[in-house]
Amino acid sequence: MSVATADPPVLRRGLELPRAATLLRPGVILAGLVVAFFVVAAIAPALLSSGDPDKINLDAVLQPPAIDHVFGTDQSGRDLYTRVIYGARESLLIGFGATALAMVLAIALGGVAGLAGGVVDGVVNRGIEVLFAFPVLMLALLFVAVFGPSVRTEIIAVGISSAPGYARMIRGQVMAVRDSGYVEAARALGHPYGRVVGVHIFPNAMRPLVVVATLGVGQSIVWASGLAFLGLGVPPPSPEWGALLDAGRDYITKAWWLEVMPGLAIVLFALSLTTIGRWLQRRLEGGTAR
Amino acid sequence: MSAVKAKRALLRILGALLVIWAVATITFFVEAGLSGNRAEALLNQMAGTTRSVERTPAELAPINREYGFDKPLMTQYVEYIGGIARGDFGRSYLQHQSVLTIISRQVGPTIALTVSALVLAWLIMLTRIVVTARRGRFLTGFGSGVEIVSAGLPTYWLGVILLVIFAIDLQIFPVQGETSLVGLVLPAITLAIPLSGFLGQVTRDEFEKVLEQPFVVSARTRGMGDLAVRLRHVLRHAVLPAITLSGWALGALISGAVLVEAVFARPGVGNIIVSAAQSRDVPLVSGIVVLVAIVYVIANLLVDIAYTVVDPRLRST
Amino acid sequence: MTPDLIPLPVRPSEIVGAGADQDGPVADLLRVENLNVGFGDRHRYREIVRDVSFSLRAGECLAIVGESGSGKSVTARTLVGLTGDRSRVRADRLELAGRSLLGLGDRQWRRLRGKDVGFVLQDALVSLDQLRPVGKEIAEPLRLHGWGSRGTRQEKVIELLREVGVPEPEMRARQRPYELSGGLRQRALIAAAIAMGPRLVIADEPTTALDVTIQAQILDLLERTKEQGKALILISHDLAVVSRLADSVAVMNGGEIVEHGTAAEIFSNPRHPYTRQLLDAIPSAHSRGTRLSRTVVRTGLGSSVVPLAPRGEGPVIEAEGLVKRYRGPDGVDRTVVDDVSFSLAPGETLGIVGESGSGKTTTARIALALVAPDAGEVRLNGEAWSGLSERRRRARRRQIAVVYQDPLSSFDPRWNVERILADALDGEEYGSRAAKRARIGELLELVGLEPEHRARGPLQLSGGQRQRVAIARALAPRPAVVVCDEPVSALDVSIQAQVLDLLCDLQDELGVSYLFISHDLGVIHHMSDRILVMCDGRLIEEGEADRVLTRPREEYTKRLVASLPQLELGPDATPDRPQAVA
Repeated sequence: MSVATADPPVLRRGLELPRAATLLRPGVILAGLVVAFFVVAAIAPALLSSGDPDKINLDAVLQPPAIDHVFGTDQSGRDLYTRVIYGARESLLIGFGATALAMVLAIALGGVAGLAGGVVDGVVNRGIEVLFAFPVLMLALLFVAVFGPSVRTEIIAVGISSAPGYARMIRGQVMAVRDSGYVEAARALGHPYGRVVGVHIFPNAMRPLVVVATLGVGQSIVWASGLAFLGLGVPPPSPEWGALLDAGRDYITKAWWLEVMPGLAIVLFALSLTTIGRWLQRRLEGGTAR
Repeated sequence: MSAVKAKRALLRILGALLVIWAVATITFFVEAGLSGNRAEALLNQMAGTTRSVERTPAELAPINREYGFDKPLMTQYVEYIGGIARGDFGRSYLQHQSVLTIISRQVGPTIALTVSALVLAWLIMLTRIVVTARRGRFLTGFGSGVEIVSAGLPTYWLGVILLVIFAIDLQIFPVQGETSLVGLVLPAITLAIPLSGFLGQVTRDEFEKVLEQPFVVSARTRGMGDLAVRLRHVLRHAVLPAITLSGWALGALISGAVLVEAVFARPGVGNIIVSAAQSRDVPLVSGIVVLVAIVYVIANLLVDIAYTVVDPRLRST
Repeated sequence: MTPDLIPLPVRPSEIVGAGADQDGPVADLLRVENLNVGFGDRHRYREIVRDVSFSLRAGECLAIVGESGSGKSVTARTLVGLTGDRSRVRADRLELAGRSLLGLGDRQWRRLRGKDVGFVLQDALVSLDQLRPVGKEIAEPLRLHGWGSRGTRQEKVIELLREVGVPEPEMRARQRPYELSGGLRQRALIAAAIAMGPRLVIADEPTTALDVTIQAQILDLLERTKEQGKALILISHDLAVVSRLADSVAVMNGGEIVEHGTAAEIFSNPRHPYTRQLLDAIPSAHSRGTRLSRTVVRTGLGSSVVPLAPRGEGPVIEAEGLVKRYRGPDGVDRTVVDDVSFSLAPGETLGIVGESGSGKTTTARIALALVAPDAGEVRLNGEAWSGLSERRRRARRRQIAVVYQDPLSSFDPRWNVERILADALDGEEYGSRAAKRARIGELLELVGLEPEHRARGPLQLSGGQRQRVAIARALAPRPAVVVCDEPVSALDVSIQAQVLDLLCDLQDELGVSYLFISHDLGVIHHMSDRILVMCDGRLIEEGEADRVLTRPREEYTKRLVASLPQLELGPDATPDRPQAVA
């Protein structure tokens, strides 16, 4: 029982940080453009590059970035920019696919645990702990060793190992909403439990997930390309970003662009997703939410 | 130790064992039940062919006997679990040695790398937070921005860039293969930077929230200065979420170590598991996976203990 | 407590105008003239405190009273320089013991805080560092100001704890705040504030988070502090709490002091309309049957617009032998509700009063069938209620509604007012959407809200408006009884007055019964026809409100009533003009 004070908070040191939405707006727009660019690259690469990613041109081997080859060329004379564009599809596919799989698993596990409570919660919790004990690369390597490398294997491996983090978050959210005042008020009004879950618990619990999913796609891409970097990704001549990084490793000293450019693509994309994710987070929190 | 505490500790240990058992079980069934005829795959692998060649039963028989593939699945499973309990993680297909032997030769450098990366990540994160949290628009924005960017950097990419700049161009650090302390620096930094960004984001949020709390005002009313308030009061509260995450972080660091060892050509478990996966040496890979799980579970137990040291509120409940 | 200083003559403070030098035989300890505090920057600047002036001598107590947003807390914080970086403090004079506090640097402030001025915040649970032992917190000012060595500081801490009345101080000093009870915590907080023996002690709502009986003890402690010769500034929203200790009272509203005088003057002869409004708004034994606020909600609507559901003759709620036990984290069973029985008649208000842990909230939740009792039964409108399966009970839930202390957490954060009320109406049949919308409009009118509030979200409403929405939602299904669980405890006094008036009006018009839970005896006395007094899960006393609270029979009730800080009323006091008795 405390008297709500409308006195302004008296202990801000320094100037108050302006709402991030205003600060990041030019950044958010930029991030949105980057994401859109790569999504287009994934869906319709021909729109963004007229070249052929596999076209070998032995006259233009290892050219540094210039007007005609924006990212330079590789050891077979292939245009790096085109390869990066065409590689977007696989990388994004793995990224979005793995995150989607992780989300489905996480909602199933976390939702059930959070709603049911008691023994079921205990059991599912243990299950989540078990999943945590498989770090991303470990599980992926196990799958690769058993099933061989492929896009599907990567999606499943990365998806399953990302799931426990989301599951725990969802479980926490569901439990918090389940115990909240408005759920009890709905019960007191006489609404059936199913309706309460659908109308109140589910939408409110899922809200922070949108943000986390955005961040997760970037992370999944990073991990998937990590696998490719180790030589365990999709076999060549696929221009998947991680594979490009693996190939570029040997030419670090002679042709730095082979390593840096694909890496930049990954970093830019992940960073843009992160920016959008944080902006979404601020927007959602600032509304009628608390 | 009181009876209640002893009981709770026992339950936790039992829980940990349960998790390890579950990991081993899952690993076994992934290995065995889902990949078709293992003897055939093994022979193909040893012969170096990528297509599956039909093998006669005569060819398969000795393999089956040697690896026990001809026994019923449940028997194999029980033997497998029993083996793990004894410390026997199986035998590598290709090296004909016990998995444990192979790993134990290379585990030291990996542990050194992982632990130093975790410590380094914490140091970087703490310094940055104490200095830049809530200190005016630019400083705070800068600190936060550094964290966001760091967290999104792919480990191997960062490693390559650091390698190029510091080892090849500037020649400060050894390029590859060093196992000494000096050789630890760049790889540890490579792992530490993204983790510090990730942990930093979480801690920063908490730090700023705690700075608003009434007990911080109380400390100031007694005459405490700003830096002292941050260090003596706020920090302890703010690091709680990061401590919880450190258990998970260790798992992520192990994954990262695999990549970093590849970039810097460091000896370690990472090398083993990558080449094992490439050559489809399933027992070796699965042995490593189970071992990593054990390490992870132990690490989490330690993290739980660390948490109750920092936050005694949980001790009595 | 034996004061070790000769108590200084206590004189009522006088208003210090510019140029009027009122130095008596003892100089003023604190002088504030035309204090102005504003927040913001070039683009947006808001004045929070305007032209505030007062002075204080050693051994005197000044109370600054006001509601939220009045600027009282900010005023207090200027005296320790903790208004924040975005604030601008200007004054003609701001002096402590002759030394000006204007333009002090950071280091100078730090030397002053804790040593010359002690500050006590409200709610020790969050005002003390949870992760550190209280002994360390108390030793902190000693350490910061270079007092003694580690060993001597330890001893001093124990001595201080003893001085503030904490038993077993050696053990307590090692404990953390959550291991201590509310009263002990607050004492420890006070100990930390007075550790260096400051001459001025400022207490910002020091008793707000405490039970009534504990509150009385803390006020005793503060009184002893005053007797020791310290000057005391009390910030509070509660006039009664303040009246006991204050030599002079300054009433603040909108950043200004609207009235300033001795406690006796303010309470017996308030001059400013705001002060009068504030005094009138206090619910107590004497306000029963009268309106607390000046607002008249609306005329003549009510039963014709919102016909009550038909009800029977008998009691609306009958509870018999309710028992509820919980297992604590340490494995020990606690009986939270121990053999409680009561009944509630139609159109009646039954007040349940008790301190924290008395089991009153759990009893209410059993009545609402949100919690199943371990023994005993509740009947609603003559039919089985607690024993039913949830499915059968759901259909009848519309007969009983609830209003919570914190309306905000009882609303779905995504919904606006319209949606909240529409959801509450979902159980009924409506011919068309227009009919439903019309009904929502009626409900809004019923509780005194404007049509423009329909589209707003709860965060865009004030505390009082939110509670009105909660009341509208509770009345939407036309219940026979509304359970009110501390419905006004989080509201300012004037808003509280309006909401209590609204509840009384609604009861008059609709004939709805209330099960009214509160810890505040004044509110209970004002609202209730009959009262239940609970302590530790047991029903201590029951009966008519007036009788129980003016002529209590049980020991506990007597103690409860005695701890209540009273604006002591003389024999010919009337509700409009409570008179202070010297």
